[in-house]
Amino acid sequence: MSASTHSSVLKHHFDNLEQQHSAERLGMWMFLATEVLFFAGLFGAYTIYRIWFPEAFEVGSSFLNWKFATFNTFLLVTSSLTMTLAIRAARLGNQKALLWNLIITAILGTAFMVVKGFEYAEDFHESIVPGSLFGGHIKQDSIDRGIDTGKVQLFLVFYYVMTGIHGIHLIIGIGCVLWLVQQAYTAQIPPENYSTVEVVSLYWHLVDAIWLFIMPLLYLAGAGLKSVH
Amino acid sequence: MSTHTAASPVAAPPPPEPAPAEPNYLNVSYSIWSWLTTTDHKRIGILYLVSISVFFVVGGLAAGLVRLNLLTPTGAIMTEDAYNRTFTAHGVLMLFFFLIPAVPGVFGNFLIPMMIGAKDLAFPKLNLASWYVFMLGAMLAVWAVLAGGIDTGWTLYPPYSSRASTSNVIPGVMGVFIAGFSSIMTGLNIMVTIHKMRAPGMTWGRLPLFCWAMYATSLIQLLGTPVLAITLVLLMVERAAGVGIFDPAIGGDPLLFQHLFWFYSHPAVYIMIVPGMGVISECLTCFSRKNVFGYKAIAWSSMGIAVVGFLLWAHHMFVAGISFYSALLFSFLSMLVAVPSAIKVFNWTGTLYRGSISFQAPMLFSLGFVVLFTIGGLTGLLLATIGTDIHLHDTYFVVAHFHFVMVGGMVLGYFAALHFWWPKMTGRMYSDWWSRIASVVIIVGFFFTFIPQFIMGYHGLPRRYPNYPAEFQYLHVMSTAGSSILGIGYLIPAVYLTLSLFYGKKATGNPWSATGLEWQTPSPPTTFNFDYNPIVVCGPYEYAIGVDQLGRGLPKPPGTEDGTTPPSPDSPLNKETKVVG
Repeated sequence: MSASTHSSVLKHHFDNLEQQHSAERLGMWMFLATEVLFFAGLFGAYTIYRIWFPEAFEVGSSFLNWKFATFNTFLLVTSSLTMTLAIRAARLGNQKALLWNLIITAILGTAFMVVKGFEYAEDFHESIVPGSLFGGHIKQDSIDRGIDTGKVQLFLVFYYVMTGIHGIHLIIGIGCVLWLVQQAYTAQIPPENYSTVEVVSLYWHLVDAIWLFIMPLLYLAGAGLKSVH
Repeated sequence: MSTHTAASPVAAPPPPEPAPAEPNYLNVSYSIWSWLTTTDHKRIGILYLVSISVFFVVGGLAAGLVRLNLLTPTGAIMTEDAYNRTFTAHGVLMLFFFLIPAVPGVFGNFLIPMMIGAKDLAFPKLNLASWYVFMLGAMLAVWAVLAGGIDTGWTLYPPYSSRASTSNVIPGVMGVFIAGFSSIMTGLNIMVTIHKMRAPGMTWGRLPLFCWAMYATSLIQLLGTPVLAITLVLLMVERAAGVGIFDPAIGGDPLLFQHLFWFYSHPAVYIMIVPGMGVISECLTCFSRKNVFGYKAIAWSSMGIAVVGFLLWAHHMFVAGISFYSALLFSFLSMLVAVPSAIKVFNWTGTLYRGSISFQAPMLFSLGFVVLFTIGGLTGLLLATIGTDIHLHDTYFVVAHFHFVMVGGMVLGYFAALHFWWPKMTGRMYSDWWSRIASVVIIVGFFFTFIPQFIMGYHGLPRRYPNYPAEFQYLHVMSTAGSSILGIGYLIPAVYLTLSLFYGKKATGNPWSATGLEWQTPSPPTTFNFDYNPIVVCGPYEYAIGVDQLGRGLPKPPGTEDGTTPPSPDSPLNKETKVVG
């Protein structure tokens, strides 16, 4: 038992910190593999339907607001930078920088969700919703182009499910970062325990990376579409 | 406890014998609260044991009702609709809340750290969380099937499940979805533990075969379960919102659901059976008093099943309208997975060959496993062949096939594990005579239940219908009679195992004279398993030279001349063992 100086950090069932950190890292990487498979089901289904109904997906996509999405992409990529800076600060023992980088990360993630909320509100306002609420310009435009409105709704199901599940993941991520903020504020993240920050950051980056796939698939699929009016 | 072979140097101090005052993981505290907040992997294993036993009883009662209803050709006791809900309840509870968590949740949790010489799993809190998540999912699902029920079958195919069914689909699906996270947590924990927590000297080549099997299982849990999770989310969205991607009305494809569903649910049958194979490898070796035959072949075939098992899901869909060419490919891949399974059976037989076999209950269950699993596996080949599958698809032949693997294989494997490690978990020996009787009753009852179903299915009787032509009645009656014997067979262990907790003989640390590290601790073990840091010097099954993994001599096996614990020396069966041993 080498639990001498780091007893507050080293958990009882590990022999040493190296073993503990590598177990934590491996565990998170395996969880990320799980997450990738979770989204793979969605992306796989999306791919199939997009191959079957390319025109309907282009029309559906052309009605989504790419400006919100681009701004959100900027927010998330920046948050990944501050998250990484937080690991560095934790490792160097710079508690103040650690705290601030974590707070900025949480704010950027929250800002993403706020923007997303405005976007959803706008979508609902313009009836860009599958099911019984479907209507407005998107329905008229599909009919004008001679495209089955059902398949446009299929695209919109993907839009809401993909962004919705991504949003839930991001909210969980924000929760984890806020937990780190609390830990850092009460000085419970000494340099030898920096792996806690690193493990959360792995998750955060994955949520970020998934957005980098979702964004072009949903918002840019209809970028080349010419207006019929 | 005498050591009859002490050829190897002593590598560690001998483990203390259990004394009444000795603290262990059970008597360290008694309050309910201490159990509900425990992070001890052994206590969490017990929590799983208690909860899945309850779900096994509920699922078993549902099976009993199904069998009773089939006594007459027009349904003996319930309406068609109630019948649909009952067999769905049986399927959902048995698959998701008994078979999948059975060995990983109980024995994976309890044994993996002990077998590799660790103090706990890598993430003890996550482990406890997995039990709570499991219970949450189970409560939802049990409530769904009891309060109204689900009538879709456990496969939940849309558009019926998404549009037509008026039953509790969403709560049931939600329960399965939530329990899936628990499965992922357990798998992740076990994989990380095996990677990172092995004791010095516990190389991958010295890992007990149960650990290899659990590693392969965990890999499937980790990579398969999330795909089911997203599929169920999409199904719930479709049902709740009235619009979704499997809806044919807007161009969606219900077959896509089947693909995604079986991408998990076919590998899931390997989540259920591979741990059982791990148990069998341990038991057969121990009660043959022989080194395991083909260690590497058994270990790698577990991994082979895990990998190939992901590539053959569409054999559930041969008659659902998939293309001929993909059916051909999936047929070929389905036969390919029979190879690693056959490698295991071959090696088990090789292990038994010329061994000093003794027929304690774990061994009887294990032998039953080998026979029944082989029958189940070989009949699977008929279903993997496209031509014969068109005839046999969705008949009782399929039901008999997977019950041979899941009940004949996995439930017997589970019982073998329960009987093999019961002394370690509880510190008590159960009745030797009754346990042997129970194993025989279960195996006989099982044959009577499911052999008639093979015949009915071969003659084309479709599954899942409450009504059937009168000419099949004698077979259905035989099957129901067999299931009553099976039910009695399950009740016997419930009685003698419970009695053993109060009246059973105290177990020694190593009552079976086995080699694994888990036996080199007192029974029951202390909270941190080992009072010393174990150093592994041997392979896992050195029965030929009679040393455990710490390099020390083994005690005499039970049933030999001066065996340490012949549990009931006056029983007639025990005398037979003496002759054999």
